[in-house]
Amino acid sequence: MNRLGDLERAVMDVLWQRNEPLTVREVGRALADRDLAHTTVMTVLDRLAKKGVVARDREGRAWRYRPAASRENYVSELMIDALGETGDRDAALAAFVRSMNGSEAEALRRALEEIDEPRT
Amino acid sequence: MVSAALLSAIAISCFVAAARLRRASWPRRGPYVAVIVWQVLGLAWGFSTIGALLAFGLAPYGRGVVGGLVALVQDAGTHGLYLSEIAGTSFGATQVGAVILAFSLTLLLFSGLVASFVQVLRVRRRHHDLLGLVAHDDPEVPGARILDHPAAAAYCLPGVLRSEVVISAGALEVLDRSELAAVIAHEHAHLRQRHDLVLLPFSSLKRAFPHVRMVETHYRAVALLIEMCADDQARRERSPKELAMALLRFGASGTAHVPAGALAVTSDEPEVLTRVSRLLNPVQQLSRRQTTAVLSAAVALLGTITVLWSLPV
Repeated sequence: MNRLGDLERAVMDVLWQRNEPLTVREVGRALADRDLAHTTVMTVLDRLAKKGVVARDREGRAWRYRPAASRENYVSELMIDALGETGDRDAALAAFVRSMNGSEAEALRRALEEIDEPRT
Repeated sequence: MVSAALLSAIAISCFVAAARLRRASWPRRGPYVAVIVWQVLGLAWGFSTIGALLAFGLAPYGRGVVGGLVALVQDAGTHGLYLSEIAGTSFGATQVGAVILAFSLTLLLFSGLVASFVQVLRVRRRHHDLLGLVAHDDPEVPGARILDHPAAAAYCLPGVLRSEVVISAGALEVLDRSELAAVIAHEHAHLRQRHDLVLLPFSSLKRAFPHVRMVETHYRAVALLIEMCADDQARRERSPKELAMALLRFGASGTAHVPAGALAVTSDEPEVLTRVSRLLNPVQQLSRRQTTAVLSAAVALLGTITVLWSLPV
């Protein structure tokens, strides 16, 4: 993964871990081991805001950043995309098997049993 | 008027051919050929329908479809958008209507394609962004990114520079190592052969005609064939049994929260079972002669339409 993507991820991890809106400086301090310049952290947060994954509110002269949604929310969003459960998104991704309804899944379970335990 | 009649006949036979193709059994013996036939039928339907409308509407110019379009532009230009030639005929209004309908249909199909493409790019971009933030790599699973979710899912995210195969934690639970490799091979086949681009025109048709059941079922048929193409590629590297087992385990792990009405056709055999039985009981591939015959018919169909567009009859 490229450096910028890696940083975005690290910054999001910080925001998700801490349950409060953070300033650029606070995010930088949480990532002190990476020794990032203030402007670098600002750029990364700016990119994340443009992507719509962090929200920001002004507090005095500084912006405070917080995640727009929880990590679990985003994982669910990806899975919903992937399983093709939203009407017109199916061309964007190709799922190995689209989701089944109850009776379809039942038919597959039966087929599996027959293969796993071949009748003698 | 002869070409208008012939083009209408072709447009109608495209419907009949598509319905028969959907029910035919040979496509699963040659999914690649069948996908090409679907594309040709779609293209032929569009061009013959639009051509028939134009041939009828532009008949007063007596120069066929292509010549008629040139004449139409000249006529409209010289008479301030008043179509002197057409207005003078006995059913002028109907003919102008046919020309307008032809242009509207062209616009609808074209804008549907563009809109689908834009939508697909937007979804993929967002998906890629989020994936970068929440997915992780696993040295045990090379060539794929992992998503921590209990439901079983495996999919690919196509892109020019940044294609990715994604596997959910739930999928890792149900698959053993060799089955997982088969799934990844299947997904890489989708990416390598850009199957998403093959499917795009059909999904844009679905967008252009959202409530037409037939478009939906045809779309499903093409999507299934494309899965079979990827299955065929994957079994060059992995055993078909591994792939079949992976398909069954995925399906059986059943995410039972499918929204009502998403796919109401439960009487049909689940598509997955079609793929499984095809993998476990190998069918004979189409012979070279059969393939040649089918493809020649497709070329002949497109050739005929081209000729009918240019003939001044």
